[in-house]
Amino acid sequence: MKRLLPLMAGMALVLSACGREDLSALNPQGPVARQQLELMKISIGIMSLVVLVVFTICIYVLIRYRRRKGDNSIPKQVEGNHKLEIIWTVIPIILLIILGVPTISTVFGLSKDYSNDPNALKVKVTAHQYWWEFEYPDLGITTAQELVVPTGKKIQFELTTADVKHSFWIPSIGGKMDNNDGLTNKMYLEFDKEGVYRGKCAELCGPSHSLMDFKAKAVDQASFDRWVAAIKAPVEMPKDEAVKAAFQNKCLTCHAIGETSTGSSAPNLTGIGSRLTVGGILFNDEAPVVDNLIKWITDPQKVKPGNMMPKAQDLELTDAELKGIAEYLANNKLEY
Amino acid sequence: MKGDAALAAHAHTVKRYRGLMDWLTTVDHKKIGILYLIAGGLFFLIGGLEAILIRIQLIKPMNNFVSADTFNELITMHGTTMIFLAAMPLLFALMNAVIPLQIGARDVAFPFLNALGFWTFFFGGLLLNISWFTGHVPDAGWTSYVPLASPTYSEGAGVDYYVLGLQIAGIGTLLGGINFMATIINMRAPGMSFMRMPMFTWTIFITSALIVFAFPVLTVGLVALMFDRLFFANFFETAAGGSGVLWEHIFWVFGHPEVYILILPAFGIISEVVSTFSRKRLFGYSSMVFATVLIAFLGFMVWAHHMFTTGLGPVANALFSIATMLIAVPTGIKIFNWLFTLWGGSIRFTAASLFGIGFIPTFVMGGVTGVMLASAPADYQYHDTYFVVAHFHYVIVGGLMFGIFAGMFYWWPKMFGRLLNETLGKITFFTFFIGFHLTFFVQHFLGLLGMPRRVWTYLDGQGLNGMNLISTIGAILMGIATIVMLINIAVTSLKRPNAANDPWEDGRTLEWSIPSPPPEYNFKQIPLVRGYDAWWKEKMEGKKAMTPAEPPGPIHMPSPSILPFVMSVGLFISGFGFIYDKLFLAIGGLAVTLICMLLRSVFDDHGFHIEEHEQEKGVTA
Repeated sequence: MKRLLPLMAGMALVLSACGREDLSALNPQGPVARQQLELMKISIGIMSLVVLVVFTICIYVLIRYRRRKGDNSIPKQVEGNHKLEIIWTVIPIILLIILGVPTISTVFGLSKDYSNDPNALKVKVTAHQYWWEFEYPDLGITTAQELVVPTGKKIQFELTTADVKHSFWIPSIGGKMDNNDGLTNKMYLEFDKEGVYRGKCAELCGPSHSLMDFKAKAVDQASFDRWVAAIKAPVEMPKDEAVKAAFQNKCLTCHAIGETSTGSSAPNLTGIGSRLTVGGILFNDEAPVVDNLIKWITDPQKVKPGNMMPKAQDLELTDAELKGIAEYLANNKLEY
Repeated sequence: MKGDAALAAHAHTVKRYRGLMDWLTTVDHKKIGILYLIAGGLFFLIGGLEAILIRIQLIKPMNNFVSADTFNELITMHGTTMIFLAAMPLLFALMNAVIPLQIGARDVAFPFLNALGFWTFFFGGLLLNISWFTGHVPDAGWTSYVPLASPTYSEGAGVDYYVLGLQIAGIGTLLGGINFMATIINMRAPGMSFMRMPMFTWTIFITSALIVFAFPVLTVGLVALMFDRLFFANFFETAAGGSGVLWEHIFWVFGHPEVYILILPAFGIISEVVSTFSRKRLFGYSSMVFATVLIAFLGFMVWAHHMFTTGLGPVANALFSIATMLIAVPTGIKIFNWLFTLWGGSIRFTAASLFGIGFIPTFVMGGVTGVMLASAPADYQYHDTYFVVAHFHYVIVGGLMFGIFAGMFYWWPKMFGRLLNETLGKITFFTFFIGFHLTFFVQHFLGLLGMPRRVWTYLDGQGLNGMNLISTIGAILMGIATIVMLINIAVTSLKRPNAANDPWEDGRTLEWSIPSPPPEYNFKQIPLVRGYDAWWKEKMEGKKAMTPAEPPGPIHMPSPSILPFVMSVGLFISGFGFIYDKLFLAIGGLAVTLICMLLRSVFDDHGFHIEEHEQEKGVTA
């Protein structure tokens, strides 16, 4: 019973909740994750059978053959039994074939490369210590932290890294693939429902590995086209001259916004005001985007330890400049 | 022996030490076993403490109990310590304590190497753990993937401690593997053919072979990483033509066999315990042997299942998926053989047998998730999540640690002459068993719900809070179980020795035919083995002792030596020299070791003899 309790508790958990729709691998929102869940179901099914058989025999044996008080008899010393041994060799082999065949077909199915498919959208994902860069090579766009994709299209990803190894994972849309140093990995995913899905880094990459989240936003094709147009439109600099000077001299040395791509060692800021989060983890629906920006710029190390961005203090930003920049960025929005 | 001349020939005088010096110089496998037990136990406590700190940090979302940097140090040191400095040494403790006795030998093949193996392990482990006091702690995970562990992204001496500590400790493991392989091949008592060897001896034999083939791979990998870090060699620097993925391959070509190095001995222990406490011969002995060999063989061709998401391509992923699934077949054979050993038996519930029996369902649960992970496309979801954390803790803690606990309770009387307290033992079992399942069962679901592994913290509102809390509570229960075990050990060692030769009364193998603890020379006369389960066979024929295979006479013994200790100290000092770039220390330390090797080579040591009249004088271990 003791052994069954956690199992039953687990089953109850499975039945009652499969986790958040935008996060759980058990609640798939795209064809890739669905195929993977199918395989999981086959394997869980087979394995539950195995566990059940073993547990049943185990419990039966422990009760039936426990030593009674004063029993000093010597049980029959059995060497083995060929028939039984063949049975428990052959049955597992059959079970493994049942699992092996769909495994192989899915391995090859999911490795398809849509790079040359004109209907697929290509996205180059470059991982950086604690943030994600998304480049759309065919559209000439670069953005960060928030992947925007059209629904119903194959999205062909090219994965690489600018520093250490990371792993790109959107659990409810599909499994992960590593971003290797000096190599490019290919993987496709498909989003068939509009929505925002949570993405994660799955490979230990330093202190803020656990905070290296991103969002994948799936929108319909028309909306996606509007987004592409909006992000390509020129961006105005801050009106206030002091803020503008501070922004250009202290932010744009690493960041880029609009067409001003003076640096790309840090996330592209175009449209940051309309993103769902600041830094991937400060949610703009929990606090106003300006507050989140001020919190982030004031001390980025406090939000994401170990990242490359210096504190406002170390950049010698005055309070007025900081506030001005935050307000400017908060109002830098994309309509789509 | 007649005549003064013959007596004189044996009268080498040898310095016998007492107290601390005795332990530093011993080459007796039984004492080395105890040293491994103490050192491995100590590192187990350190690793366990790190685990508790990790779980406290994860008890609630966005917790600030430890910093992100410290957390990464904790997970790295927890993994490295538990695998290399706790699990393996505890296995070596049981190997040393039991194998020579099980095969009817007076010691291992190379007693000096045995001591050297222990001391290099100990000083390697010490070096690694001293990092906590210097403030430079390894923090790139126990797998130490580059580029995170490369000099570019891991400044400071942290990973250097990992590289050099493991390198030195690894020498000890490799020596142990060679030693036990030679011992089991050469030193079996007359009549003990390979197919009459106890199952534990078989698994240690296969494990030793795995060590001999797998550990050199780790050695080479660590040398390359050391050259990258200390001398900028670029083995793993992509920009300079190296490859980071190469490290992954090297690590897992070693790392996967390592998993079987850990679990096969546990299989052996469980076989002995299940068979003894059900009073029955091990069911399907020859298929058990065959399954062990097959698992070891397949274990070398599945390493890339740790790298399904690295991007090796569909052909590699498909092949490694199938190869991995195949391992389930011999493992299944073992599980059913244990169940059918119990079937029809007369099962006695002791702390040892509870751990042995608790092992079976627990390990099956870890095994089936292993098969699930083998399916590559599904693994794209499981990989690097808490699902994997749950899986490997089920096999390593639920498998290996249950096995070690079973073995400790089972062989404790043979090692120390005292039976551990059964009541406290049962409390340990139930607390540990419940705590273990509480901790790790829910982690399967945490992973599937989207929690990556090695995360310092997690955001609120992701549906992960409740299960993380349960997991932490379980971990604390496991901590309590460990404390009860320590109390048990303390209480037991205060008692007088009380164990009979065959304290479980149903012992089947040779170690139960001699006193507990055995005399220094183990067997006064080497026994004659007349079948599988040699001691059981004699008992069933009404005999009170084994038939001797030789007449009584003086027994040749190896001399104690301080050299292994000094050699390891030399390596330890040299390690520091390399880490902190102090060439004189590095060379000086190596010189100490080399001089010891020279001394060992030029001065013959013939050992000494224990004469017949001395054999009864209570020369105890």
